Amino acid sequence: MSDNPLFCVGKSVTRKDALAKASGEALYIDDYSYGGMLHAAAVRSPRPHIRIKGFDARAAEKVPGFVMLVSAADIPGKNIWPVVKEDCPFFPETESRFQGETLALVLAETRLAAREAAAKVKVLCAELPFVEDPLAALEKSAPKIYGGNNVFSSYVIKRGDVEGAIRSADAVVEGVFTTNYQVHVYLETQGAIAFPEAGGAMTVYGSLQCPYYAHDAVAQALNITHNKVRIVQRVTGGGFGGKEDVPALVAAHAAIAARKSGRPVKLVYERDEDFISMSRRHPSWTRMLYAARKDGAITACKAKYVLDGGAYATLSPIVLWRGTVHAAGPYKIENVSVESFAAATNKAPCGAYRGFGQPQICFANESLLDELAEKLGMDPLELRLKNILRPGDKTITGQVITGSCGLEEALLSVREKSGWAKRRGRLAGEGPVKRGLGVSANYYGVGLGAGGKYLDRAGAHVSVSKDGSVYAAVGNTEMGQGAQTVLSQIAAETLNCPYDGVRMTEVDTSRVPDSGPTVASRTTLMSGNAIIDACKPLRGRIFKAARELLSAKGAPEGKMEASGGEFRAGGKVVGFMEAVKECWAQRLKMAEHGWYVAPKTSFLPENGQGDAYVTYAYSANVAEVAVDTETGAVRVEKLYAAHDLGRAVNPRLALGQMHGGALQGIGYALSENLVYKDGALLNPNMSDYVLPSSMETPEFDCSTIERPYEDGPYAAKGFGETPLIGPAPAIANAVKDACGARVPGLPLMPEKVWKALKDKA
Amino acid sequence: MKKTAASMLKCAVNGVKVSRAIDSGLTLSDFLRGELHLTGTKTGCNQGECGACVVVVDGKAVNSCLYMAVQANGKKVITIEGLKGKNGGPHPLVQAFADEGAVQCGFCTPGMIMSAYALLLATPAPSRAEIKEALSGNICRCTGYEMIFSAVEKAAGLLRGRGGK
Repeated sequence: MSDNPLFCVGKSVTRKDALAKASGEALYIDDYSYGGMLHAAAVRSPRPHIRIKGFDARAAEKVPGFVMLVSAADIPGKNIWPVVKEDCPFFPETESRFQGETLALVLAETRLAAREAAAKVKVLCAELPFVEDPLAALEKSAPKIYGGNNVFSSYVIKRGDVEGAIRSADAVVEGVFTTNYQVHVYLETQGAIAFPEAGGAMTVYGSLQCPYYAHDAVAQALNITHNKVRIVQRVTGGGFGGKEDVPALVAAHAAIAARKSGRPVKLVYERDEDFISMSRRHPSWTRMLYAARKDGAITACKAKYVLDGGAYATLSPIVLWRGTVHAAGPYKIENVSVESFAAATNKAPCGAYRGFGQPQICFANESLLDELAEKLGMDPLELRLKNILRPGDKTITGQVITGSCGLEEALLSVREKSGWAKRRGRLAGEGPVKRGLGVSANYYGVGLGAGGKYLDRAGAHVSVSKDGSVYAAVGNTEMGQGAQTVLSQIAAETLNCPYDGVRMTEVDTSRVPDSGPTVASRTTLMSGNAIIDACKPLRGRIFKAARELLSAKGAPEGKMEASGGEFRAGGKVVGFMEAVKECWAQRLKMAEHGWYVAPKTSFLPENGQGDAYVTYAYSANVAEVAVDTETGAVRVEKLYAAHDLGRAVNPRLALGQMHGGALQGIGYALSENLVYKDGALLNPNMSDYVLPSSMETPEFDCSTIERPYEDGPYAAKGFGETPLIGPAPAIANAVKDACGARVPGLPLMPEKVWKALKDKA
Repeated sequence: MKKTAASMLKCAVNGVKVSRAIDSGLTLSDFLRGELHLTGTKTGCNQGECGACVVVVDGKAVNSCLYMAVQANGKKVITIEGLKGKNGGPHPLVQAFADEGAVQCGFCTPGMIMSAYALLLATPAPSRAEIKEALSGNICRCTGYEMIFSAVEKAAGLLRGRGGK
């Protein structure tokens, strides 16, 4: 933007929302209520696949406070939730495809009455055959729940001559790797309040990541035009992808109920309902092969990647695409064949979870890469350094890597910090507890890329009040990651306004045009650039007024320094507020809209070749683990990570993303294990689904590598998802280093590690 | 879920005397949030697993979702709204959480701070191991805990400096 040194971007300023949240002042959706408000509770499907015959609500109606039952018949609009494939109804009419699916809502005067009445509604139904396993779902004999083959989506990537490369290779390794579900367990469950407005309009307040998805859904459900819908995000207690698509369903349910009852309706989920019916990370099955020369150069990669999509397509097609594109890892490989499938099963739909289809396949490729190193007799970190993408190299889709690539530095950083050269392979020790080190590398396409290019734009509205305070509105949400803080820093930097003078609030769809979803680590990049676009004309006016004021004070013409909210020339100073007052005195336009469209991508789905993403974030992890060989229990003692994120707009927030993402990755690797039996979820609670606590968190040693991305705001690119992707394979590789056991399936539960040790012995 | 008999509850919440007839089946979290409109106390699971609802009763941290409101009879309840610093500013724990990067989505934060508050009442100079142990019932899904530990250590130092208040 200018020659002036940055005063706000790159600084660890305190989060905008930190004090309000820490003091308990911040208001989340369940902290609001409205006069006349009803409470909704869901009636859920009792079995994995049923024919719905009707509801018997006689017992429910006797509950004091019962108001009404709301179901598919009450939907004024089209009964299809608008997501990718448009296969999921708001409320199923005749057939329900998973246990826990919302079939109807009970409205009552109190929350307790709504829950009690909902539990008393009898679902009249007949059971249908169901399929639980994704590989079984792809068999010809499987019950069909989607199309003729239960395949939601399928992709290929073809490059070079894989079979030829395998024939001429010096070493070939192949393996099957599996991963289980992971549930977001954002601390605040899903929730929305729908408020019916005059003239058929509807406002919905909610805990959500993607207000415009909810906007589309409510308009479709109610059959009203977009200008009659307003979605207002409330302070959101975590998302991680879990509040990407499904809050649109929750919002639409509340809106349908508010339309029928004519009263505000609150719908807030209990934790078990959230576990049973909301989205989660797809389980996966991957068969993968690497071929290499003696010197370690990888010559071919072949993969078949299957995701368990659950009962409806929802986001499976795009999750699968991201995993497919990144399937071979961050390596230059000439010969590649990847085929991938998302299968339909009678379980709750899987969707977006931080990493979005990459953690699964990264576990496969990075585990197998260590097996390749072992076969070649090479150090696994050296094998990675030999093959990683560097500027000028091509990805498996043929995309040329630009200068914003710090993967080599990231690997070198974790190698040095972990003492890799002297410690790997030498930590095991004599006792029953063995220690080891493991490495992984990964890359992450920032933004929606070719898979979501039509949604990849973002808006901003910036207004400068006559008192010098600045209000910035964007279409991407704060869900805990720090968007409001980082975007305020970008606005402050661009306007030369004090950071404390910028205020942002939660997204309101009436303020900014559809800015796409808050996903894919795209907010800093997309909304940041949109804010700069809005600020530029304002900056021109403010800077001109400041220059005029400096001249009026006797400063010589020519160069003016602008930094830290002050303008200086020839020993004279004009403050930001003074300049703004002058702009207002001149009756200048002090509010602007900004817009940013992501650069073009060239990916072709036919052969899977072309530029898939506008840029990539890179990371390397080394995990240091202790394995109790008598019990199989694994503990991560230290995690070293390095991330290339272009530029850290706020280094402390970036570090927070690294720590938090890594701990989710550790939970994914070791303890988070959702269990289905006979189509029913057995552990929908935080006792039996085990999250990492303060006792499990390791010592972190995380650092940033800044390789500037020229199209990013102040050279930043997004990276919030990468910290979760690398830890699991690094941990599995460290377990192998510690005790020799290779466990090819996540999570690495003690019994699996113990069994692998027994099988080895 | 059934209406149960009304009971009389007399207690002090954040130093203010409360006296009212309540449903004896009411949890303390529902009482604080629903009846007293103290919404700083969050509920994340209603099963005592997440710790978002922690408040301090007679100096001890309790999960208010598992604690019946009537159990607080005759006791002193402190919620996040009751933590104040000198001159009405933020309490050192609240300020340290904000300054040290210990807050992301914020939903666990009030409960986390109340667990830390109870710890510091009993142990003004805790070791990191004692902090980890004291916060082990409070799940944070965002931060990885490291900055939370730092915030508690910083606040402990500040509080010792002003005599533990």
